[in-house]
Amino acid sequence: MSTPDQVRNQMRSVPLAGCATRPIRFVAADVPVDFVLANDVDVETIVAELAGYQSIALVFPKWVDGRAYSQARLLRSRFGFKGEIRATGEVLADMMPLLVRTGFDAAAMRADQSQEVAERALSFFPDGHYQGDVSEHQPRFRRPAGASA
Amino acid sequence: MYRYDEFDTRFVQQRAAQFRDQLERHLAGQLADDDFRALRLQNGWYVQRHAPMARIAVPYGELSSKQLRALARVAREFDGRADGPYPGKGGFGHFTTRQNCQFNWIALADAADVMDVLAAAGMHGIQTSGNCIRNITSDCFAGVAADELIDPRPYCEILRQWSTLHPEFAFLPRKFKIAVSGASEDRAATAWHDIGLVLRKNDAGEIGFQVRVGGGMGRTPVIGMVLREFLPWREILVYIEAIVRVYNRYGRRDNMYKARIKILVKAEGQKFIDAVEDDFQSILERDVDGSAHLLNDAEFERVAAFFTLPAGVAPIEEVPGQHVSAASKPVAYTRWLERNVHAHRLPGYRAVTLSLKRSGQPPGDASAHQMDLAAELADRFSAGELRVSHDQNLVLPWVRISDLPALWQAAREAAFATPNIGYLTDMIACPGGDLCALANARSIPIAAAITERFDDLDELHDIGDIDLHISGCINSCGHHHSGHIGVLGVDKDGQEWYQISLGGADGSTLSGASTAGKVIGPSFAADEVPDVIEAVIDTYRAERDGAGERFITTVRRVGLEPFKIAANGVRKATAVHA
Repeated sequence: MSTPDQVRNQMRSVPLAGCATRPIRFVAADVPVDFVLANDVDVETIVAELAGYQSIALVFPKWVDGRAYSQARLLRSRFGFKGEIRATGEVLADMMPLLVRTGFDAAAMRADQSQEVAERALSFFPDGHYQGDVSEHQPRFRRPAGASA
Repeated sequence: MYRYDEFDTRFVQQRAAQFRDQLERHLAGQLADDDFRALRLQNGWYVQRHAPMARIAVPYGELSSKQLRALARVAREFDGRADGPYPGKGGFGHFTTRQNCQFNWIALADAADVMDVLAAAGMHGIQTSGNCIRNITSDCFAGVAADELIDPRPYCEILRQWSTLHPEFAFLPRKFKIAVSGASEDRAATAWHDIGLVLRKNDAGEIGFQVRVGGGMGRTPVIGMVLREFLPWREILVYIEAIVRVYNRYGRRDNMYKARIKILVKAEGQKFIDAVEDDFQSILERDVDGSAHLLNDAEFERVAAFFTLPAGVAPIEEVPGQHVSAASKPVAYTRWLERNVHAHRLPGYRAVTLSLKRSGQPPGDASAHQMDLAAELADRFSAGELRVSHDQNLVLPWVRISDLPALWQAAREAAFATPNIGYLTDMIACPGGDLCALANARSIPIAAAITERFDDLDELHDIGDIDLHISGCINSCGHHHSGHIGVLGVDKDGQEWYQISLGGADGSTLSGASTAGKVIGPSFAADEVPDVIEAVIDTYRAERDGAGERFITTVRRVGLEPFKIAANGVRKATAVHA
């Protein structure tokens, strides 16, 4: 198993200018991860071990299978996981807004995907969204008028 | 009605820009069909039998005249485009049971331009398709109904905003539909939805929701189960989040016919309920800022302020008999008053249905010109507002009683005044196999043949209130399960056949508690269907207990047998099957 520092060194960090959401790092598919949680396994079953993990991979067997979004959201908001949550499997550039908003901070995209498209996919809603999420907890109706998220 | 602020306006423009980016990559060969599919669906773009279909959201059925004109423009300039790939086709919109508007003949290359035109009128196709939370539907008389207890529109708008681009729930096992009602009469078929919400007050006078979960049509018709008899209104977003999260985590994804929440609810029963209640408590007690989505008075009041009376609308003292037929008024006007004009909560006002059920046009269809005419009627007679009804008609919600004669005249000239609301020809029908790639059989010719067969208003009046629902396939867009008479198109050896069911109910007072109709025997050939309907209607007229007994009541009282015998009596092509 790689140390967290080794893992981080292998990641290419991508700054997202003008984007107030949580940054996401693009990771090669073979970068090691501490734990892989299948998308039909309850997050609750690994709560006791969470403190020992620096990184967890969640899986999209097909990109339209949205179970891992709920897993990521629970890991962050309910179980306080602070390490890396990485999207793996069939990860498309167009999924970036959903990934970032549900708590993913790393993505190993499908080989044919473009990082440029992924970055652009994060740029379309600079004013934020209606509902709160893992990045911006407050829904629009609780945010100060004019504040973006 | 709700008016977009700067955030809302920019939001739909941003969505249109995002879609343009995706469409351009697709057209440039950089986004494969399989990857583009879910993206276009979540913007309302299907690829259908002949051409793409665009489904435009009409949130909870409320439409301004400006928005209707935008739909008319899309029909004229994009759907009916003479120089496009489908010359001679299109030029009309189709209003659906989910209160949306569909176009069938727009070139995919024009899709982003269409979304820009719509965004300029505050419209979009967000989540009108795909495995996500769909357009919220409601009572077409919301805010004006005489039997309304609580106006559902502010809650619908709050739910619309919450569900729009919800990041966790964009890729559920299957589509997810929510309906909200606030009147004593359920005009939104709430029990047939994935979540059905009925607003009510408790003994202390506080407002809350009855929450039903797991209703749905399709292959397995199921009536939703009550999860909560009274959920305080402030908790609604959190509670729905819990329901949808449990569904997202545990709903079946191995078989699309078993993927709706109704299957999960039926399979798990109490375990499902426990999981929802547990997640609900966990959100509030354990999650970081878990109470952020509890509604507060300020937000409710901000949204509710949009749903006060439109400018220029104020109670007017009613003169008894003012609008009632006088000797000078023709019988057609009286009939229109009886069928198309509805009670109103505001003295001096009525709601008026513009019938989209007339011979020569499929149910729910309106041409670009007709949409412009309806927009004009809305401006002249209804404070610029319209509604799309679950029954696929348009409604003018704010008509002064004193304007009824003038409106009748104008509606007649525009062919909107057929006095058939609630009658046999006011049927629900999906576009069927003429347009839809999913359909097993055509709906439009069946609807047309029945409309032609029953074109006598005296006869329709004698038959009285009846729900005829036609679906071209088991996906049930035409709600055949809930029709007093249901017609379902089926495919046998590549040929079109039609299954007839009787006794379904949408949950209205007339229909009784929601239930699926029962099939009355083997399927019929297309040309037998009008004969079957006629035989069934004749049986009702022979069996009914006086002129006051409605069709559905007779069916329940005498049972299916007499209807089966009559229907079998008109079999020709299918005699061998019987």
